[in-house]
Amino acid sequence: MKVEIEDLHVGYAGRDVVAGVHLVAAEGEIAGLVGPNGSGKSTVLRTVYRHLRPTAGRVLLAGTDIRALSPGQTARQVAALPQERGSDFELTVAEVVVMGRTPYKRAFAGDDLRDREIVARSLSAVGMARHASRRFSALSGGERQRILLARAFAQEPRVLVLDEPTNHLDIQHQVELLALLRAQRRTTLISLHDLNAAASLCDRLHVLHQGTVVASGPPRAVLTPDLLAEVFGVRAAVTEHPLTGDPLIAFDHRRTA
Amino acid sequence: MAAVTGRMRRTVRPAPLALGLGIALAVALTAAVALGSTTIAPGEVWSVVLRRLGGAAPRPGTDDLIVWQLRVPRALLAALVGAGLGLIGTATQALVRNPLADPYLLGISNGASLGAVAAIVLGMSADGPLGLSAAAFAGALGAFALVWSMARRGGGFSPLRLVLAGVGIGQFLSGFTSYLVLRAGDEQQTRSVLFWLMGSLSGATWDVLWLPALAVAAALLALQSRARAMNALIMGDETAAAVGVSVTRLRRELFVVTGLLTGVLVSVSGAVAFVGLMVPHLCRLLIGGDHRRLLPLAALTGAVLMEIVDVVCRTAMDTQELPVGVVTAMIGAPALLLILDRRMETGR
Repeated sequence: MKVEIEDLHVGYAGRDVVAGVHLVAAEGEIAGLVGPNGSGKSTVLRTVYRHLRPTAGRVLLAGTDIRALSPGQTARQVAALPQERGSDFELTVAEVVVMGRTPYKRAFAGDDLRDREIVARSLSAVGMARHASRRFSALSGGERQRILLARAFAQEPRVLVLDEPTNHLDIQHQVELLALLRAQRRTTLISLHDLNAAASLCDRLHVLHQGTVVASGPPRAVLTPDLLAEVFGVRAAVTEHPLTGDPLIAFDHRRTA
Repeated sequence: MAAVTGRMRRTVRPAPLALGLGIALAVALTAAVALGSTTIAPGEVWSVVLRRLGGAAPRPGTDDLIVWQLRVPRALLAALVGAGLGLIGTATQALVRNPLADPYLLGISNGASLGAVAAIVLGMSADGPLGLSAAAFAGALGAFALVWSMARRGGGFSPLRLVLAGVGIGQFLSGFTSYLVLRAGDEQQTRSVLFWLMGSLSGATWDVLWLPALAVAAALLALQSRARAMNALIMGDETAAAVGVSVTRLRRELFVVTGLLTGVLVSVSGAVAFVGLMVPHLCRLLIGGDHRRLLPLAALTGAVLMEIVDVVCRTAMDTQELPVGVVTAMIGAPALLLILDRRMETGR
């Protein structure tokens, strides 16, 4: 499902954090949002899963403004992995994953066979099928992240929105998570701190700087030394990854641009 | 692979637990009616009750008076108050996403008490139980809003801050309640300070039962219809929004339901401490945190607990009965310390 963000403005307390973002993610495309802290990545994503309301501009799902949809209708199309770390309450893994069925359920409706199958399938997809009855709060950070992704899958969404999903994960779990997303072939909007990970995963990158998109395009075209210097304030050489052929950014860790 | 680490949960299955609690409630209700200054045999208790329920003419005598007019309404009120407190505790904890929340600990019950007392002192109690409950409702919502806004200041929302704000405001409100009652000056009023601040079921008659019964049933229904959304809410506002829950609206609904039920309960039983904190915790340990099971079980567990507490209150001393809040605080305060200790250990 195609996602279009048109002239998006979002403000907190009178200050525009996002000021006129245009961005398109085509059907089946993985669109990466990169940029320094505070550039507005999370804020843009939050408007797509309707945690925040834009002050101006629109978010379109397959051409329909999401404000014309109910929150439940949106959640049947768009699933998200926010940066929240979860809960102190005693929920099991299965209970967390079945939350993804919420937008399909009326009041008082229980889980039916189909829901349970979807939960099982979602857990298998993230390699956690054997962990359904464990306590969510007893999981490691990487396991937790995979369960939250399974919850998103259980929504049977056509669009995935992921806000820094690799944060706090060790490198092996980061690679696993990215492989999982690559295998999904679902329209995905993802924000990533790690530019090399973004270059390897994403079909297109959108570079945010001070609330606007300053560059969009395939990673190879976007991630230039000039842009890295201007937006991120660092010196870097961009080469080719010897194993994968992806763009590889080698930062100069000795001095800034 | 057996190396699945972490504790496996759910040692108790919900259906047998509900059945067990149902039996426990029936036993506790019977015991509550049987025990007291004069002990009445359980068989006699049921024969009086069945005779009345069957519409047969009551056998004249003191047993009928004691069982049907005095003890049955009181036992039912205890069950209703306990069930209601269990629901309020569960809903409040989801609402503020904090397992330490409790209507008493957060000052909400004290706000309701102050509302009710103010209404009485200002001479509005002539409006009957509805007027009193409405005043208590206003007090509950006011206190809740105050505690919440204080705990939220600066954006952060730590459990400690919430509890400290609640305790501080609760103390302030209960001080004010005492002042209002004592200022009125007669012996009767002085005793009612105990009622409003420590809780009591001594006002139970058949006439006062309908309102709490209605309120508890309505609240259970309303909350149960939001159970799935409450599950999402305890994961976080963004998560809830992402699965299609209107977070602001859900919070407002929970706020009103807990405020209304608190208002009604406080108007019939005063402010009872810690039941709203203990019951959901206990239930979560037994069956986990899924609100679809947690809500009805918390109501049932609260009813059983309160029934036992009331029997203790009525029978512990020969000369007078204890306010229920005395007993619930004696159980609840250590429970709170245990919970805090456990949370500190796990670093949460």
